[in-house]
This record gives sequence, structure tokens and C-alpha cells, in this order.
Amino acid sequence: MDQIIVQILNGLDKGSAYALIALGLTLIFGTLGVVNFAHGALFMMGAFCAVVTSKILSSSHKVVDETRTDFLGNPLEVDVFYVQDWFGQAAGAAIMDWAVPLAILVSIPFMILLGFVMERGLIKHFYKRPHADQILVTFGLAIVLGEVIKYYFGANPIQTPAPDALNGRVDFGVWLGYGPNVVVYPMWRLVYFFFSGAIIASVFAFLQFTTFGMVVRAGMADRETVGLLGIDIDKRFTFMFGLAAAVAGIAGVMYAPIVSPAYTMGMDWLVLSFVVVVVGGMGSLPGAVLAGFVLGIIESFASMPAVVNLLPGINQIVIYVVAIAILLIRPRGLMGRKGVMED
Amino acid sequence: MSKSNFTRRGVLKTGAVAGAGLTLPTYLRADGHTGFTNAPGDSEVVLGFNVPQTGPYADEGADELRAYELAVEHLNGGGDGGMLSTFSSKVLDGTGILGREVKYVTGDTQTKSDAARASARSMIEKDGAIMITGGSSSGVAVAVQALCQEAGVIFMAGLTHSNDTTGKDRKANGFRHFFNSYMTGAALAPVLAAQYGTDRKAYHLTADYNWGYTTEEAIKASTEAMGWETVNSVKTPLTQTDFSSYIAPVLNSGADVLVLNHYGGNMINSLTSAVQFGLREAQANGQNFEIVVPLYSRLMARGAGENVKGIFGSTNWHWSLQDEGSQAFVRSFGTKYGFPPSQAAHTTYVQTLLYADAVTRAGSFAPCAVAEALEDFEFDGMGNGKTLYRGDDHQCFKDVLVVKGKENPESEFDLLEVVEVTPVDQVMYDPAHPQMGGAEATLGECNNGA
Repeated sequence: MDQIIVQILNGLDKGSAYALIALGLTLIFGTLGVVNFAHGALFMMGAFCAVVTSKILSSSHKVVDETRTDFLGNPLEVDVFYVQDWFGQAAGAAIMDWAVPLAILVSIPFMILLGFVMERGLIKHFYKRPHADQILVTFGLAIVLGEVIKYYFGANPIQTPAPDALNGRVDFGVWLGYGPNVVVYPMWRLVYFFFSGAIIASVFAFLQFTTFGMVVRAGMADRETVGLLGIDIDKRFTFMFGLAAAVAGIAGVMYAPIVSPAYTMGMDWLVLSFVVVVVGGMGSLPGAVLAGFVLGIIESFASMPAVVNLLPGINQIVIYVVAIAILLIRPRGLMGRKGVMED
Repeated sequence: MSKSNFTRRGVLKTGAVAGAGLTLPTYLRADGHTGFTNAPGDSEVVLGFNVPQTGPYADEGADELRAYELAVEHLNGGGDGGMLSTFSSKVLDGTGILGREVKYVTGDTQTKSDAARASARSMIEKDGAIMITGGSSSGVAVAVQALCQEAGVIFMAGLTHSNDTTGKDRKANGFRHFFNSYMTGAALAPVLAAQYGTDRKAYHLTADYNWGYTTEEAIKASTEAMGWETVNSVKTPLTQTDFSSYIAPVLNSGADVLVLNHYGGNMINSLTSAVQFGLREAQANGQNFEIVVPLYSRLMARGAGENVKGIFGSTNWHWSLQDEGSQAFVRSFGTKYGFPPSQAAHTTYVQTLLYADAVTRAGSFAPCAVAEALEDFEFDGMGNGKTLYRGDDHQCFKDVLVVKGKENPESEFDLLEVVEVTPVDQVMYDPAHPQMGGAEATLGECNNGA
């Protein structure tokens, strides 16, 4: 039982990331009708916002320490951090320690801007082209973004730790009546789960309770009619692209301490996120969130050693097997609507 | 009246045969005057550097390429000469190889066997490379080695640690300087037993490919011989990034040691997950829980950051070694590039010099003559002490470094500390050892190609 609880918890943080990425994908598909294969790359760009913020906050100048030598035998140049020069040792160290949460502030304007540039500069030229063309161009864009990141940051993952205060563990086992260290869960993953919940709730609230959101939802349902009412729906949809990019970016920032950012992470998440969207139902925002959590938890269970030893390789295909099963039973996905992607 | 055979059909046939001959790959054309593939001209010789320039091991590949460029510079008489002055063999004099200037071409393995074979084939067929070297993955090394055997060129393996490269998949045209999984197990197990005791229960997480299997097998065999018990071993996909599902059950498995048979990004992420789940602070079976990473590299250690502190592993070479050869190489590399070389850079630099040296001693570029010069060649001054290129399996035998993550690094490069230099005798094995393919494993016949 304790292992089941552990795997449900593991599935929740994985599912949170799936849900956030799939939410953005669905927003873009639902508003602009674009199948955006660069969405995983936006998640990666968000994670690298955390890396860049961390590097900026750790900017330093060199001071020669005559008492020590470097690997060539020359006097050692020691890094002295600017933030510690400016704010003192303790405050400077605290600022560097909280680089990942601070990166959210950096990532939101950056990702919205990146989303605008992508949509206005490239993707809008493909609105009237077949989905295959959209997939090709956005997939190409994802490769370009990945290679740019690799050029500047290298191929190996870059460790981007959470703040020390949130780096501990929560011992759920003690709360649930088990002994200590039986059901242990990293605190930052718990933070990620609640943070994702807050972001998802905010997006839904924005769409549900604001006039802007109402117009967007109307546009998703019938773009032509909304246009005939004199509303510039294209401008609002461009904003939604920026919003979806920001959601993916924030998801990436917060995920950086869980899996060290690498240029490959966009592609790692992309295909699975598309499966999540399809299983949830094309164009269905609640479906994307539900499918994200369901598939995250199922994948987590399939990776249990007992399961892997019994069915080798099941952990790599389980999501696709479940997706096939769900689509056979419910061809439009868990919460898909009639008429979407069916023409 | 004479009858001429000069017919339209005859001309077409002759033309077709001649055309086909001309379009044959260079290595299939008998260079009748030389008798081997891609015999160089009088002025220059081309080497093929096949490294991962894209993909997960691109950082190792970039460092390998830097080392190759440095080796070429030194062979051609440039720079400070690096290890040429410390190498025990004194036949290399900075005038190229057998008086020919060394040129090179590069290929991108992408850390994929098929891409690596394609780039190696292109360098052999189109660029006339006489020797192929490089790689940062055992799967790639085994695949390219087999290609070089067929094509009749020498393959000097780069960073490949699987037993199979010079074990069951050994080839007469292939040579490896880097150490292997067996040696890691033989060097690491006694240190682990001394540090953590002999009453330990190990849990293995293993990358699901060639190198992972042989490393797990070697570590299991060596640690079990010391009294450890293996409670479970789980294969993890090479593409896995979040290891939480694999790590979470470890604490309640009855194990008190986690062995991460992972390399590169896999290792960085699995170790990060293990630390996040508190394994380093946990207690199991009344002892501190421990983590072991059998194969370390400085580039990986940099990626894993704080998490590597105090964790034991092994490495082929480290820039902090104080012998004359290592210092010469670090000085050359550091002066040129501004940072110390990795173990991948070291092994590829050494392999290039060893090839050039063998050609010079053999007085020929013919692969079989070069192979003969390398077989059972003993040398020193290249950073690992006295080394033997064993003729039976084309594996180098030298001391192995047991390292651990440094607790108080003094610089961004100062991440590993050498805790023991395991003498070569302790890591020697029979060429027909079961982990090396047993008695059936053979080098086969050397192939000169054309």
C-alpha cells in the first residue's frame, strides 16, 4: 500500500507538468487551430529561464588569490558575486538561493514576448495551410530552439536547485500511520503540484470569469460569428498564444529543480503531451488537465520495479497502450467534443 | 580481311565496366601499388575523427575534438609538443607521421550507431581517412569498429567503457586505450568494502543498453565477491529524465546501497532524484544509505553539482594527476583552451599519438603492420603509468583511478578527488574471461582492405 501511495504522489507531479503543457497546447489548438509542435520547446525555454536567471544572479568578478593556484599553477582567480557585493553576504546568498522562484518573474514577460514573436513572425503565415505543414514548421522551430540552447549551454543537463528551504522532504508515511521514511516525498515536487493547480485554476478563472475570456471562448466555439460582431478576435487569439507560451514557460521554470534542464527536454515532453491532449479530447481544456494527471499516475505505476520486472519495457509504452484503449472506447477522448478535428 | 571487335555494344560494355570501376568507393579499389585501403600520398595523411557533435554526449565529443586538434598540432610540430616529450617511445619528432603532414576530417556520430557508421563510412570512402577514431558510447564504438574491420582501416576507440568493445565484439583492426566495466568493478569493489563494509545490500539502476548491462554485471560480480548481496536490479530507459518512479521504491527494498549504472545526463538526473528523495540522509539496515556511481567523468560531475560530493566511482584519468605526462597534457590543453581536459579528451589524444607512434615504428601505414606494432606494446609517460596494449584482445592495461566527489572544491574544475590508484595487476583478467565473451571471443583476422 505504501508503494501505491508513493507512486500516486510521483504521478501527481509528472501529471502536473503534462497537464500544464497540454493545457497550453489545447489553448493554442482551440483558438488558432494550430498544431504547435514547438510547445515542448517553450517548456524547455522556460526551464532555461531558470538557468539564465540563476547565472545572472550568480554573476561575479574575479579576484586574484595569491595564496592559491589554478590547474596551470597560476595564481587562482576567485569568483566574487556581485549580489553579495551589493547586498551583503547573507542577503546575496539568499537571492542566489531563490533563483528559481525569482525566474518566474523573468519568464512571464519573456515567454509572452517569445509567444508573440513566434505567432506573428512565423505561425500566422500557416493558419490556412494544412495541419501537416503546421506540424512541420513548428517541429522545425523546436529543433532550432533546441540547437540554439545547446550552442550556448552545452548538451549536458544543468543542475538548477530549488531554494534550500524547499529542498527537504515531507514524510507522508508518519501522517498516514506508517513508520518514518516509508512514504517520503520531496517538498519541491509538492510545491510543483500545488503551483500547477494554482496556474490551472487561474487560466480557467480567466477564461470563465473575464470578458476577455468570454470572447475567447466564444471565438473558440464560432470564430466567424464573433468576427461578424466587430470583435478583433485575431488579436485576442495572439494574446492567448502568448498566454499559452507563458504557461508552458512557468511550468518549465518550476520543473528545473526536478529534472535538470537540457536542450532535449522539449522533445522529451512534446510527444507525450500530444498524447495527453488527444486522450483528453481535442480542444477540451478540462480534458487535457484530467488526462495529464491520469496518464502521469499510470506511467508512474508502470515504472515500479515489480511491474517492470514482470513486463519489461511496459513503462515506455504504457501511455500509448492506455491511449489506444481510451480512444477505442471513447473515440473523441475523455472529454472531447463532437466536431473538433473531425472535418 | 580482318574483322574488328570495335562494335557499339562492345564500347558500351567497356564503358559501363570502366565507369563502375571509377565509381567504386576508394576503399574497394585496389591501390595495387600499396595493397591497403586509403594508402596516403607522399605529402599528407588523413585521419578521421568521429565524435558526437550533436546528441546527449556532445560535450564529451567537443572535448574529444579539441584533444584531436591538439594531437594533430603536436604531431605536425606545433605548440609545445605536449606528451611527445614524456612518451616513452621517442620515434615521434613533430614532422607528421612518416614525414607526411597530418590532416583530419571530422564526422558526427550523433551517439547513434547508424549515424556513426554512416559518418565513418563517408570519411573512409570520400575523404580517404586511413584511421578512424572517436566515439563516446559503447554501442557506437562496437558498430564503428565492425565497419572499420570490414573496410580495412584501424579503429582507435575513444570513450567506450563496455566490456564488449574488447570482449565479445573485439576486432583485429580495433584498439581501446580506455578502461572497461570489468576494471571498474575490480578497482572499485575493494574500496567500497573498505569504506562501507562487506555486509551490504545493493540495488542497481541500470541504463538499458550495452554499456549498462556489462557495468551492472561487473559491479555485481565484484561486490558479491566481497560479500555484498544484490537485492534488485532494474533497467531504465536511456531516454528517461525523471527517475522518481525508480528511486522512490529503493528505500523500502531492503537495500542500503544504490548503484547507478548510468552515464552522462542519465547519471545527472538519477542522482538528482536520489538526493531529492533523501537517500543520502537515510538509514537502512542500521547503516547509512550510500550511493555509488561506477563511471565518473568531470563533465558529468559538473552537471550533478553538489550532489556528487562524497560519492565513489572510477575514472580513466583525471587532470589533477601529478605525473609528468598528465601535467604536460594539462598544460598544453589548458593553455590552448583555458580549462583542463576531460578523461574523454585524454584518451583520444593518447590514442592519436599511439597510432602515429605505431605507424612510425612499423614504417608503414598498412593496418596489419600498425596492428602488429600496437600489439603487446608497452609504454609509459602518457598519464596512466606503465601501460600494456595486450595483443590478445587489443585492450590497454594500466592503473585505474578510484575517485569520489570532492567535499570542498576549490574551483569549478576541482570536482573529483583521487582516493586510490588501483594497480594494474588488480584489474588484469584472462582474455577468455566469461564477462569478455568467454573462449569463443576472438579478434579474427586483421584486414588490410584493398
